[in-house]
Amino acid sequence: MTDSAELLHKHSFVELGARQRAKALLDAGTFRELLDPFQRVMSPWLSRQGVVPQADDGVIIAKGSIDGLPVVIGAIEGAFQGGSLGEVGGAKLAGALELAAEDNRNGIPTRAVLLLETGGVRLQEANLGLAAIADVHAAIVDLRQYQPVIGVVAGSVGCFGGMSIAAGLCSYLLVTQEARLGLNGPQVIEQEAGLEEYDSRDRPFIWSLTGGEQRFATGLVDRYAEDDVAQIRQQVSALLKQGLPAQQRSTQAELFLQRLARLDAGPQIEPSVVRDLYQGERS
Amino acid sequence: MSAYSLRGLNWFNALSAGAKAVEGLPASLKVADGFLGEQAVRFIAVVADPDNRFVRARHGEVGLLEGWGLAKAVDEVITADQDKPQKRALIAIVDVPSQAYGRREEALGIHQALAGAADSYARARLAGHAVIGLLVGKAMSGAFLAHGYQANRLIALRDPGVMVHAMGKASAARVTLRSVEELEALAASVPPMAYDIDSYASLGLLWETLSVEQIEQPSANDLARVAECLTLAIGDVAAKGRDLSGRLGATNRTASSQVRQLLRAQW
Repeated sequence: MTDSAELLHKHSFVELGARQRAKALLDAGTFRELLDPFQRVMSPWLSRQGVVPQADDGVIIAKGSIDGLPVVIGAIEGAFQGGSLGEVGGAKLAGALELAAEDNRNGIPTRAVLLLETGGVRLQEANLGLAAIADVHAAIVDLRQYQPVIGVVAGSVGCFGGMSIAAGLCSYLLVTQEARLGLNGPQVIEQEAGLEEYDSRDRPFIWSLTGGEQRFATGLVDRYAEDDVAQIRQQVSALLKQGLPAQQRSTQAELFLQRLARLDAGPQIEPSVVRDLYQGERS
Repeated sequence: MSAYSLRGLNWFNALSAGAKAVEGLPASLKVADGFLGEQAVRFIAVVADPDNRFVRARHGEVGLLEGWGLAKAVDEVITADQDKPQKRALIAIVDVPSQAYGRREEALGIHQALAGAADSYARARLAGHAVIGLLVGKAMSGAFLAHGYQANRLIALRDPGVMVHAMGKASAARVTLRSVEELEALAASVPPMAYDIDSYASLGLLWETLSVEQIEQPSANDLARVAECLTLAIGDVAAKGRDLSGRLGATNRTASSQVRQLLRAQW
């Protein structure tokens, strides 16, 4: 295929909203949204702060199948309040994961796919967002006993805050080059630690440390895909079929402590140092 | 006054008097195996290590070593008690000002280290260990998610220095494009935004709050009250199960229950 023909056949995943992303991943005709926008279950906290709430609170829960396997998708809308999680959106995610775990205890092998574009806690609902994210963590670890939980960080918001911890709990993670994955947002690090430590406006610097390519090269995610609907769908499907990993990434404390023990933490760090430390043989 | 809080360390030392210190963990973790009455427990605290190899984690922040170290400390208990009918309880003593903010931390995947800690606490819960979080100081954001928030029961001491929040005030103001004064004014009328423990209690996330005489350095009375409360919490977990459903039901957290009911109905 020529370059231009290839471009014409590519459909960007990153440019899709959360609902379209969920639809694009599910088998045709199987998308069914729970608590859709017409039910208007909205944040009870935003309007009193002068922020216009959204009818789905920025989280889409959809059931359906991927290559015939039963899944629930939790998709965060990065375009609403930076994908931040408040009480309602957080409860939608946690509740869906809890029901998926319950399904498995009742013999229904529901899997979960999380589409993560989020800055983490919605600060206007601070402690309720934080509590909901703790519930999400609990539910991922519960469901993961039975079925893989797959996290997709496609971009362009990335995945930060308490939800980056949720990503770290997923059985598998898939990213694109556009993705960023990290605990603290660049602005906050700059605020807390200073410009010299972290320049929040230096985009190449930030991507070199926390971007999708670097996270893949350091083994902190499992798959790296192009920004293309078909590719991402194929990769998610392959991960679902893979079943549970031999060992979850977040249960490897001993390995990571050994790696950190080998690091000279004195000098400021470079991306290549992390590649060598975490994935020497692959970089 | 010290540049960092000593509450966590002081409460750890008081509660774990006579307990056996656990070795082989980062110096910023205090871990000991002991008893509360008849109940075998492991006490776990994150404390300041001024010599921490990671300079951004020298004031008690939860960083890379702390996240993975907590995971290790909890995993040991899960493995050791695997075939025992009586599981040790885990007591997370919480006095954590924040997660570590730094370039090394992001580059080396601090999110994954904190996931390691949350993972281990959650698996301990699922394996039948009672996990109790005791809030004696700050319980902030990612640090609290890694150390304490997976507990079956949360107990907070009543004191202005005991705070739960998602972000420090200065950063929260910057991110939400407000002044610190505006933020404080809003926090006074929006309970989930507040920093004080009474507002937090109104969200229904705490199992108990306790007043003590000497928050910084517990008195004998304080120690006895808190130990009794911890024992009751462990008993409550044994009676009512291992999930986090006990956190739902408060008036200020109605939507969390409503969403779950609707999801179930439409599932």
